[in-house]
Amino acid sequence: MAESHAHAHEPHGHAHHEPEGWFKHYFWSTDHKMIAKQYLLTGMLMGVVGAYFAYVFRMQLAFPGKPVPGYGMVTGADYNALITNHGAVMIFWVAMPVLIAAFGNYLIPLMIGADDMVFPRLNRLSYQIFLVSAIILGASFFVQGGAFGGAWTSYPPLSAKAEYNLTPLGPSLWLIAVALEFVAFLLGGINFVTTAMNARAPGMKAFDIPMAVWMIVIASIMFMASVGPLVAGAVMLLFDQLIGTGFFDPDRGGDPVLWQHLFWFFGHPEVYVVLLPAMGFVAEIITVFSRKKLFAYKTVLYTSIGTGVLSFFVWAHHQFIAGIDPRMANVFSVTTVLISIPIAEMCFVYIATLYGGSITFSVPMLWALAFIGEFLVGGVTGIFLGASGADIYFHDTYFVVAHFHYTFFPIAIIGTFAGITYWFPKMYGRHMNELANKVHFWITTVAFNGIFIPLFILGASGDHRRIFDYSNFPELATPEMQAMRVFATVSLLVLLAAQPIFLVNFFYSMFKGKQAGANPWNANTLEWQCPSPPPHGNFDVLPDVYRGPYEYSSPDRADDFWPQNSPS
Amino acid sequence: MLEHYMKQGSSYASHIDGLVWMIFLMVGFWFLFAEGMFFWLLWRYRKKPGEKAAYFDEHAEHKIKYNWVEIPHRLILVCDVALIVGAISVWTEVKISMPQTDETVRITAQQWAWTFQHAGPDGELDTMDDITTVDELHVQLGKTYKFELASKDVIHSFSVPLFRLKQDAIPGRVITGWFKPTLAGEFDVQCTEICGIGHGIMPAKLHVDTPEEYAAWLANPSHYLAYHY
Ligand code: HEM
Ligand SMILES: [Cu+2]
Ligand SMILES: [Cu+2]
Repeated sequence: MAESHAHAHEPHGHAHHEPEGWFKHYFWSTDHKMIAKQYLLTGMLMGVVGAYFAYVFRMQLAFPGKPVPGYGMVTGADYNALITNHGAVMIFWVAMPVLIAAFGNYLIPLMIGADDMVFPRLNRLSYQIFLVSAIILGASFFVQGGAFGGAWTSYPPLSAKAEYNLTPLGPSLWLIAVALEFVAFLLGGINFVTTAMNARAPGMKAFDIPMAVWMIVIASIMFMASVGPLVAGAVMLLFDQLIGTGFFDPDRGGDPVLWQHLFWFFGHPEVYVVLLPAMGFVAEIITVFSRKKLFAYKTVLYTSIGTGVLSFFVWAHHQFIAGIDPRMANVFSVTTVLISIPIAEMCFVYIATLYGGSITFSVPMLWALAFIGEFLVGGVTGIFLGASGADIYFHDTYFVVAHFHYTFFPIAIIGTFAGITYWFPKMYGRHMNELANKVHFWITTVAFNGIFIPLFILGASGDHRRIFDYSNFPELATPEMQAMRVFATVSLLVLLAAQPIFLVNFFYSMFKGKQAGANPWNANTLEWQCPSPPPHGNFDVLPDVYRGPYEYSSPDRADDFWPQNSPS
Repeated sequence: MLEHYMKQGSSYASHIDGLVWMIFLMVGFWFLFAEGMFFWLLWRYRKKPGEKAAYFDEHAEHKIKYNWVEIPHRLILVCDVALIVGAISVWTEVKISMPQTDETVRITAQQWAWTFQHAGPDGELDTMDDITTVDELHVQLGKTYKFELASKDVIHSFSVPLFRLKQDAIPGRVITGWFKPTLAGEFDVQCTEICGIGHGIMPAKLHVDTPEEYAAWLANPSHYLAYHY
């Protein structure tokens, strides 16, 4: 095993590279760490955009018909464009680039003891395509007719014909942006999987790979396996939009429901594509801060693969009432409910890791624990929707909106904060301010629950989603329900008000934070065994690996950690 | 539990609510159990000076795994089976079976209105005395209705929260289903699939009439003006 990887450990060609211009350094770099930072900052910027959209439409829901400060009046068309692009931005331009591309790029070479990705130029191209996709999406707001407003699921015929959606250009730009984003992640995925397979440090066997790397690799494979049908579908939809083909048009022999199958065949695995990396970060963090070996490493690995495979067979739970043969719903209800088993096992294994630990509640640990505590809510509420009979009532209500935000928010926001606060000292060689981070943590987490708990109740009371003004529905326009909508919006304002604390802390600490050594958390994994921040080429001497990543508190040693590369 | 938030107004509403209640109890148990365990462990194993964390080798881990993984695994499987049986039986009742119906109503969605074609006094659809209304559906308490749902343009979804009924309308198809109203009054019909800029202003009124009210409505001559060719 060790020999076969030896070639990857020859001294790095660029290790002693000549000084480069700032353009080359910041914009044309092939260094995986710089590309990671490009993805991270772009993702954070898009996160601000997605949050701004949420601010505007939540204000409209709380105070319908009143101009929103910083936006103005929200029409029905505006509302649709805002929610559509909020969803698309948060998933495709925040969760994916940050969790997979930024952290995948940053961590995979460092955690497996390599000097870079195996395809560095492909990597650079991936970010550039991603940037173009974001620019196209932004441009779609400024074309004639305005941005696409047919929901992030983009169901035809609404998305296919301008006479229905009244935005002649928006839908095509949106679709092109999404398709380019997929191309960017296909390139990235090829790179992640190949690198993790071929460039590992000598001695790093399959079960010595840190969970964060495993999870990103599994997620990349799932992404690549699921996205093909959707890209084909996107091309067909684009043809329907632009040259009048009828793939999804019943008047021309097409079938609108076909798009839903293609979309959700991708869309459901996609949920796990973003979930798994976050679970990986959490595994790294809870082991370090409870000084415990990850409980049942192989179970975690096998259940995540199992969940990944099973998640390819549940897609039609999004379509129970969408006009599919109702008998088909039975099959998909069974597969969906069964997925509760591996997911519950993962949760139990993580909780069991705390057993017998010595737990410090540092900021990354708080985020990782919040992930577990909050994701559980998302998990159990999903059961209501997977049970076909109950989904008849809950489908397309705010119960669904609350459910999937209890999965996505822990993944994309809590998981990201966990990752950033944990690896910041490595990325920038400095610590973030702990007190500011704790204040930010508590406000964000409490306010998050304040937003979405009322939405469960609103959904149970019949609030259907994607409605810009409930005053047209007497059953939904009661003062109690409006009070809940206001409560959710106020909670969002509180949440947003806390984010500058983090942003200021982030940029300030980058330059002025307390110096962090190579291994401030006393962690075992390889990224902590090279300087902070790691130089181009990462390691002074490429490491050899002698043991698994989670040998904490071993009785044979005085230290409570045991780096993977330490010979004894 | 759901009836606390939305009244039950169809023969199957209480069955759906019962399923929801069963799921609530089951997942509620697991949720509280997991969160309780989680917070207890956090408290119990918080860092204390001079105490080192435990280290479990493969053998020790194997034993703990039985309690932490194997047992919950089996219990959850049992819950899943109960849940699936419940879900499928309710689903079959509402969406697969078609009981003996008294009358048929044709529902057509379009951007952004609902058209309802009622059978009229003779109880037969597609006859001269059919009553066609816009955004106003009249049904009689206690009768069993079959509906034929269609769309003229994009996908819409016919939803009556009171009935716990929801069904997408697909252009190019006629989708059938049924309901039996059990509560008289005026209620909301919603469109629950985004259908363009007017999606938020696509409500309709559902009138569940008592036999007398229904007879009075049928007798209203204004329905038949359109037929004076
Ligand atoms: C910043 C806090 C957030 C708030 C307050 C928020 C709020 C909302 C609300 C109220 C809706 C429903 C709008 C409607 O149906 O009328 C929505 C939709 C959505 N959100 Fe969020 N959200 C937040 C963050 C996120 C995150 C982090 C993600 C994913 C990573 C996300 C993904 C989505 C998606 C996919 C939709 C569906 C869009 C559609 O209906 O097409 N949101 N959000
Ligand atoms: Cu799904
Ligand atoms: Cu609609």
